[in-house]
Amino acid sequence: MSGFEYASAPESKAIANIASSYGLFINGKFVDPKKGKSFNTINPATEELLSKIGYADKLDIDSAVKSARAAFTKVWSKMPANERGKYLYRIARIMQERAREFAVVETLDNGKPIRESRDTDVPLAAAHFFYHAGWADKLEYVGVGSKPKPVGVVGQIIPWNFPLLMLAWKIAPALAAGNTVVLKPAETTPLTALLFAQVCQQAGLPDGVVNIVTGDGITGAALVNHPDINKIAFTGSTEVGKAIARSISATKKSATLELGGKAANLVFDDAAIDEAVEGIVNGIFFNQGHVCCAGSRLLLQENIAEEVLEKLKKRMSLIRVGDPMDKNTDLGAINSKEQLMRIREISNTGDAEGANRWSPDCTLPTKGFWYPPTIFTGVSQSHRIAREEIFGPVLSVLTFRTPAEGIEKANNTMYGLSAGIWSDKGSKVLWAAKQLKAGVIWSNTFNKFDPASPFGGYKESGWGREGGRHGLAGYLTSDAKVAK
Amino acid sequence: MSRIDVNKTYKLFIGGAFPRSESGRVYEIKGANKKFIANPSLASRKDLRDAVVAAKSAQPGWANATAFNRGQILYRIAEIMEGRSEQFVNEICALEGVTTKVAKSQVDAAIEAWVWYSGWCDKLSSVTGSLNQVSGPFYNFTTPEPLGVVAIFAENKPSLLGVVRTLAPVLAGGNSAVLIASENYPLPAITLSEALATSDVPSGVVNILTGKSAELAPWVGSHMEIDGVDVAGLSKKQEEELKLVGADNLKRIYRFNPDNHPERILSFMEKKTVWHPIGI
Repeated sequence: MSGFEYASAPESKAIANIASSYGLFINGKFVDPKKGKSFNTINPATEELLSKIGYADKLDIDSAVKSARAAFTKVWSKMPANERGKYLYRIARIMQERAREFAVVETLDNGKPIRESRDTDVPLAAAHFFYHAGWADKLEYVGVGSKPKPVGVVGQIIPWNFPLLMLAWKIAPALAAGNTVVLKPAETTPLTALLFAQVCQQAGLPDGVVNIVTGDGITGAALVNHPDINKIAFTGSTEVGKAIARSISATKKSATLELGGKAANLVFDDAAIDEAVEGIVNGIFFNQGHVCCAGSRLLLQENIAEEVLEKLKKRMSLIRVGDPMDKNTDLGAINSKEQLMRIREISNTGDAEGANRWSPDCTLPTKGFWYPPTIFTGVSQSHRIAREEIFGPVLSVLTFRTPAEGIEKANNTMYGLSAGIWSDKGSKVLWAAKQLKAGVIWSNTFNKFDPASPFGGYKESGWGREGGRHGLAGYLTSDAKVAK
Repeated sequence: MSRIDVNKTYKLFIGGAFPRSESGRVYEIKGANKKFIANPSLASRKDLRDAVVAAKSAQPGWANATAFNRGQILYRIAEIMEGRSEQFVNEICALEGVTTKVAKSQVDAAIEAWVWYSGWCDKLSSVTGSLNQVSGPFYNFTTPEPLGVVAIFAENKPSLLGVVRTLAPVLAGGNSAVLIASENYPLPAITLSEALATSDVPSGVVNILTGKSAELAPWVGSHMEIDGVDVAGLSKKQEEELKLVGADNLKRIYRFNPDNHPERILSFMEKKTVWHPIGI
């Protein structure tokens, strides 16, 4: 059956209104980098230039930190908490008003489907500000004592997979707790952060409370190593997270680290199979698999493996890969050429190590960076594709016989960010949730996020939580710990 | 003729047994009066590794015991210590050179700490967990869970209280511990292990080493099966060095103020958030 074909339903670029160049956002104004350097940001779906972005070096970082410090001591930490909260409410409302613009810019700069930026990234980002706005004058109830104090100036470094959402995860709790921030967006996705800077201006946020410095890893390192930073909040790879932990080891700086993952998605034989298949697809192909908590290791109970795989392949054949601006698109562009190379490199080890690759027939665009939805079966626990984070639309399938074996395989990783459970038996779900060594457990669902829900990992997936009361506590000082 | 004392041989406490150091090494401990008291073991890297193996294998059982059960066992330690109070007082007087009164107040504070942390075991989720109001038809809750194996460098002094106030919170959270006793005042830690061995604390949940912190700290820092470290007994420089190597497996490394505090428990616990759809 050929079925009905989708007509293309493109979102308009017109609303984006991207400037040809952007400076750094320091002390409430857009300023040129001191050395005048810049870099390009492109649309990964077309490789077209979107804008030229200011490149911040050590000197620019220093002026951003100074601006944040002045704003912290003179304005933000002295302001009545309810007033601070009202600024955050304003920001949330303006983000909602400009939601369509944010979604379009995010999709152009990142390559993710407009359906996801429109329905997930942008609304969740606004919700984060709204949620934390309400905390600003209730900090004595967070659970860190009756007189909680902000940490001070926070350096924040975010990745390219959810550029605006990660910004919101970082900035909203930091500001609610009374800190000021210097945020460095990812090199390949700076645009929504710069748009957010305009929102701060529209909201009348006091100068220097939020500073946005664009650049690359060297810029990030300069921020981490700046002596007047009190805390680092980082989302990114475990490798860089460890480097940050080392570089602050002899300082008073604290850190929240949201790092990599290799989540197990366990399907037990009493699961609702059709729902599980939807969950598997959402778990690994959401956002092109550029998700630290992606369900990238599928663990199937052996007696249902064949049935699940057959249904999964059928479902994968319906995934629409292509123009991210098309509202019907399921799988957009890979964010960068560099990331595409990495996905290819690790996936190719799957072939070399003897796993079996399968992808549905799909035509990839000729320009831009693309990778088809892919699964590997016959994967063993020692294969690189079962151990390393691929960060792309590539799923490794393993099997287990007993629930205990399933848990053991699921926990056999240095990571511990998230895990999935599919079963219709309540007691088994809760048993498995308890056994799994991961910070976020999705049972009979996957890849759900909410400002009220703490997110973060066990083991080498990081330090601390983001979201909810537990995440907010990381932006307040503790009276029990010695900061050295 | 006065009776000749039967002196105690102070050994390590690993996996519920009292072995000597595999290295065959000991070091001399003298009292405040400069007189010889004992030759405790000078633990080696291998002893540390053995202790971690014991701690790692005992931890799931301890974590899966009910919180009420863990609380009762911690309380039992207080009971046993109370009965041996005099022994601890004498040991502290001899070592630290303090008066009986001062030593007694230290022993009392140590016993009180066990009682206080005992009561926390079954209240952690209620006080520090949450049912999160997410925007959608989902049941979503967050609970604290044990971190795993925690290494503790006990403070030099107070020799007994310094052990208890670091160890009790680690156990209350469901972790197992490898405690490196005070280098200069290690004997009360070993005597405590005798109380632990008769308090229904499962073998391997607590392991106590005596020796040189400076020798053991780098091995603690680089051991991939140690998940957290309380650096109370380390210098600032040793702490920094340990943090540098501890980054290899992102160890949770903390130093606390002396007071008893629930955050001493929670710092060595993870937070797990579980989502489940609501619907028919």
